[in-house]
Amino acid sequence: MTSKICANIFSKLKTHINVHRIHLQGTQMYYLYIMTVLALLISIFKSVEKTAKAAKIALKKFVKILPAFLGMLILVSIILYLIPDNVILKYLGNHNKFIGIMLGSFFGSITLMPGFIAYPLCGILLTKGVTYMVLSAFSTTLMMVGILTYPIEKAYFGTKVTIIRNLISFLIAIVVALITGIFFGEFLS
Amino acid sequence: MSFNRGIKILGVFAFACFIAVSVVMRFNPGKQIGINFYHFSIAMLKILPCAFILIGLFEVWVKRKTVETHLGEESGIRGYLWAVLLAGTTVGGLYVAFPIAYSLYGKGAKLSIIFTYIGASAICRVPMTIFEASFMGIKFSIIRLLVSTPLVIVGSMWLGNYLTARKYKILPGK
Repeated sequence: MTSKICANIFSKLKTHINVHRIHLQGTQMYYLYIMTVLALLISIFKSVEKTAKAAKIALKKFVKILPAFLGMLILVSIILYLIPDNVILKYLGNHNKFIGIMLGSFFGSITLMPGFIAYPLCGILLTKGVTYMVLSAFSTTLMMVGILTYPIEKAYFGTKVTIIRNLISFLIAIVVALITGIFFGEFLS
Repeated sequence: MSFNRGIKILGVFAFACFIAVSVVMRFNPGKQIGINFYHFSIAMLKILPCAFILIGLFEVWVKRKTVETHLGEESGIRGYLWAVLLAGTTVGGLYVAFPIAYSLYGKGAKLSIIFTYIGASAICRVPMTIFEASFMGIKFSIIRLLVSTPLVIVGSMWLGNYLTARKYKILPGK
């Protein structure tokens, strides 16, 4: 019975994700590409020389940071295998709200998900009775705290700044979650 | 080649071998990790070239003076507003915000403002927020935005001051 419900939820989740993924990613990319092409055309029109220089800078910067991106991609692909969506689904349903916040912010910090996957997942969790407070802790840490982006952030700003910035972000996410809980009347209930 | 770099190259090599062996031996966990790696690489390769071209154009065309006036030491509260607005239009996520923030800093933007930009690009991106509201409700998104944005600005101001007092400098050359 339970497994049937679970399977049902997952097939629902998958359709949700696919429909919205195509929609959102499509439009976002579209604007990015148009903007880049327009900027390039204007630049070429104004000065071919400067545009060539810009392209050289772009390539150089890209190549320099590529190893850090590779590090992140390897981390992400391993972590996402170890913590698939259904594990998150299982643990966030915990009925003690403070344990829920802790688990939510933990999963949010150690994973990295694009918004078009994360929010449909949150939407499903919401219908399963997970509180707004817990989902706020999860989604905010997911966006702000980047343990998996550590290789990139470190390459640009150094270890110390990376750690402090992530700690601050984590605290902010907890505050946001608690205030969300107060506004949705979940904090005291 | 430094010791550290040697270890990293070894790590990447080990990962590649692990995936290759998993595919040949039909070892499922390894294959799944390989598939994850492929999907995320593709997603990033769709965004990063554009992001870096725009960064290149920014480096060439935008004058240092402009960045200094709007995002530098003298920019005041408006600098933070600009940082949040700029972040709202950023595509991708933190991993795109880091190189952009780095370039802004190189052109004379203040530390606390680039941290605001990084934080805001995590939470204030417009398309993402619309998407969030459609799943979680507008009330949820508004509370999150109204609470987190000021906190990000205050946190960044503190971090900026803390680092400036300790004469911190971001290393050039990335």
